[in-house]
Amino acid sequence: MEKIPILRMGPFLLVTIQVDLYDRLALNLEADLIETVHKTGARGVLIDISAVSIVDSFMGRILGNIAGMSRILDAQTVVVGMQPAVAITLIELGLPLKGIHTALNVEKGIEKLRATIPPDDEETDDDYYFQ
Amino acid sequence: MIIISSSETASIRTEQDVARLLHRIKAVAADTGLGTVSQTKLMTAASELARNMLFYANEGVSYLEQISQGTKVGIRLTFIDHGPGIPDVDLAMQDGYTTNPQSLGLGLPGARRLVNEFAIISTVGKGTTVTVITWKL
Ligand SMILES: Nc1ncnc2c1ncn2[C@@H]1O[C@H](COP(=O)(O)OP(=O)(O)OP(=O)(O)O)[C@@H](O)[C@H]1O
Ligand SMILES: [Mg+2]
Repeated sequence: MEKIPILRMGPFLLVTIQVDLYDRLALNLEADLIETVHKTGARGVLIDISAVSIVDSFMGRILGNIAGMSRILDAQTVVVGMQPAVAITLIELGLPLKGIHTALNVEKGIEKLRATIPPDDEETDDDYYFQ
Repeated sequence: MIIISSSETASIRTEQDVARLLHRIKAVAADTGLGTVSQTKLMTAASELARNMLFYANEGVSYLEQISQGTKVGIRLTFIDHGPGIPDVDLAMQDGYTTNPQSLGLGLPGARRLVNEFAIISTVGKGTTVTVITWKL
């Protein structure tokens, strides 16, 4: 089964969505991410959607589920790199991205996550790996 | 009078069919001269309507047409299914109305907001037809 890689960056997880997600892939990602947050105790999840050309109500729901589940596991979700046309479309669609932070790019997203975590709480474990 | 300058049809049975349709819409919309925001809105509306066909009617057919009316040019999309139909269309067009507890009930009202023209006809036991138009402004 095709998988979207989840990259670990210190206390955070980074997922880059390269293709327009079709349903099964999106649902797998949701399950994988939540499991990885749980396993690693990650404090933040960055979802890079700069290559995604549309976000419909289905995809919006997946992003919302990831954010909601992560919050219960004490992690914040930041969606980064949303194309301006996608952002405009989401507003008219009326999709509430509740509990989801957004940032221009991965660097800004990391800054946003760091700001939410007390410094002594950050893991020192720095090894990066692909899952 | 609306003049149709190109037309293509596709059957929608799987998610991959939806993805293929969205790519075709992007190509034809770009060819018609629609800007990125209009393209994105139209593709998003199409994704909602094609998904509804798959989910509620199992399958359906889509038409993708380049049209003109007077000096205006645009894209017309039509989605036709022979599924269960919608008992109360006015209700279904409201934000948050859904018969699927997993859903947000945004597809139909959201799609209407994303295009310039929107029409829906649905008959219980016969099926549902939705037509949308985005004009190049
Ligand atoms: N093609 C269709 N055939 C039969 N019923 C439909 C069809 N399209 C929509 N409906 C009905 O209208 C309701 C509203 O549709 P709409 O797309 O607005 O929301 P949804 O599909 O329930 O949720 P969302 O699109 O936000 O995931 C649906 O729950 C369903 O009962
Ligand atoms: Mg829908």
